[in-house]
Amino acid sequence: MIQNIIINGLINGSIYALLAIGFSLVFGVARIVNIAHTAFYMLAAYFIYVGCHHLGMSPYVAMPLSIILVGLLGVLSYKLFINPIREHEAAVLIATIALAMVIQEALLISFGGHYLGVPPLVSGYATIVGVKVTYQHLLAFGVAVLALIGTWTLLMKTRLGLALRATAQDREVANLMGMNEARVAMLTMGISVMLAGLGGAIVVPLFVLDPHMWMHPLIMMLAIVVLGGLGSIKGSFVGAYILAFAEVLVVFLLPMGAYLKGSVALSIMILVLLIRPEGLFGVAFEEER
Amino acid sequence: MKKNHFGRALCLTVFLVAAMAFPAWGGEVIKIGVIGPMQFTQGEGHWNGATLAAEEINAKGGVQVGDKKLPIVLIKVDSNEFVSLPDATNAVELATSRYKVNFLVGGFRTEAVFVMQDVAMDNKTIFIGCGAAHPKLCGRVKADYDRYKYWFRVTPINSRYLVKVDFILLGMVAKIMATELKIPKLKVAIVAEKAVWCDPIVGIAQKNLPKMGMEVVGVWRPSPVATDVTAELSAIQSSGAHIIFTSFSSSVGITFAKQWGELKIPAAAVGINVEAQKDGFWAATGGKGNYTLTINTYARVKITDKTIDFFDTYRKKFKEAPNYTAGTYDAVMILADAITKAGSLDPDKLVPVIEKTDRTGAPGRMVFDQTHDITWGPGYVTGVGTQWQNGKNMCVWPLNWNTITYEGAVPYQLPPWVVSHYKK
Repeated sequence: MIQNIIINGLINGSIYALLAIGFSLVFGVARIVNIAHTAFYMLAAYFIYVGCHHLGMSPYVAMPLSIILVGLLGVLSYKLFINPIREHEAAVLIATIALAMVIQEALLISFGGHYLGVPPLVSGYATIVGVKVTYQHLLAFGVAVLALIGTWTLLMKTRLGLALRATAQDREVANLMGMNEARVAMLTMGISVMLAGLGGAIVVPLFVLDPHMWMHPLIMMLAIVVLGGLGSIKGSFVGAYILAFAEVLVVFLLPMGAYLKGSVALSIMILVLLIRPEGLFGVAFEEER
Repeated sequence: MKKNHFGRALCLTVFLVAAMAFPAWGGEVIKIGVIGPMQFTQGEGHWNGATLAAEEINAKGGVQVGDKKLPIVLIKVDSNEFVSLPDATNAVELATSRYKVNFLVGGFRTEAVFVMQDVAMDNKTIFIGCGAAHPKLCGRVKADYDRYKYWFRVTPINSRYLVKVDFILLGMVAKIMATELKIPKLKVAIVAEKAVWCDPIVGIAQKNLPKMGMEVVGVWRPSPVATDVTAELSAIQSSGAHIIFTSFSSSVGITFAKQWGELKIPAAAVGINVEAQKDGFWAATGGKGNYTLTINTYARVKITDKTIDFFDTYRKKFKEAPNYTAGTYDAVMILADAITKAGSLDPDKLVPVIEKTDRTGAPGRMVFDQTHDITWGPGYVTGVGTQWQNGKNMCVWPLNWNTITYEGAVPYQLPPWVVSHYKK
């Protein structure tokens, strides 16, 4: 049973981390609470579905195209809806909720409430220490880990990453040092939404598509970033694995209460917050800032 | 000039008032409100079934009411009941107060249908339920006949009978596994989404399976909208289950079947999987849902002389197989027959006529019991068991059950990976 818990926890944790890190990034750098983050994740999944089923594209073509398209839509949304009200964080939050609802309703009108699916890129399963894991899950795990490494490299090893971190530390000083803070925010939004799109791309063959599929990951993602410390990428990473392992533990130790896995994960978040109100890495994040 | 302007404004006002007061259909018609979650498959089934019936009736000139023929006009009423129960209440109020429908057909979620039922009864509107299975909906007719006599149900069979069929299917698969794979004592994993309708099924299964000579190795209750059940499936495989007894009505049914097939879990899946009743299931699971067995209402077999015709016409027109909410077809037909016999649209005159219904419909012989529920059993409506076999949803039950075999039914097939696992 232990090996089941470890393997399932690692895979689920990586997928959660991918979503949470994009959300954390845009909040840390631009102070944008983008509630529509998982709606973009859903949008990417639907783009892939349309590409594969209606336009006859190979999933290998549809997936990168969808990620780029979603990234562009993210930038466009930033320019149209977020940038004009960016100074009012509460207004941004509400605007992104509205944006998410618009995306949901648009998909509901276009595709109805039907449950849709995309076939896996690789069929079959591997048996790892006696546990069956689909190749698609392994692929999702690998891509998520690569994306996380890529994000870390971008932040720590590139000039853009330096600009992002500088802006995250102090927007005004970054501006005074000649960085175009608004452009950095827009770029961050694009990268963040592309990470959400990538999340959508890797899970679309695993999950079922429906116009409400953004809700559950949104709740989990918010729980993860709050648990890890708002805006802390490291915190999101650790938080994602903690909550994923909590969910898997519930399924294995309390099968009758498998439906409680989300609630248990959220309770863990509340418990941690009672002890550390700033989240696991909130203090470290403040130091970074 | 001023006077002229006033006159034009007056004419326009009169025209607008008239247009609002007299609905677009004008004339004398029979208005049937089709109520359901119209953005979802269930609502589409409601609408499609009723459309088919209305078109068929109107093509013959309409419904004979006394000495005149009246056309049927369907009114689409979106209850949005999956998302919001208050929306369902508003929808039924709208149908009865604003559109002034003569009859209502449809409804899906039990919680929503209870409210719809009350509003319809307040207005003495005959409401034929085509979606919610809870026995209490018809129990109300028995408890307070004068108030609830306007309610009838044509589909699905109520949940008591659904459970009965569920266990018949489980018994059938258990017998095949015991015989073909020579397993002396079968182990069963119960997997039911966490929803109220599943609770009694889980309780009965835990109590009855040991009496049926099987061992319950565990109960798993995932969320109805769980997006990943690989952890549950890993746990089920570790438990050594030979059969997975399923109860799903939501998207988790697809997730489960997809991952069960992909991981080739060596246990046969049997029970209720509403998503597996739909044509879209095959594509949604990428074919991994092959060999899933579920209770169903329609299959392309000769349940009655009308079944195959109905099935083919429906599929030709709507490009998909009918799901059980398409029972609105028979609901509209029952109403039309009753109106002709009563020669009236008066609900109090129609109720006793509908009570005497004995119709050969697409899902079987349709007769109402004293609670206005559809009668279940051999010779009436039985439901069917359908299994996905290489892209086709085939009827596998009844096949030599109580001397009943529906022409076109085929034997159940064990998933090959289950056979190879236990024949090692």
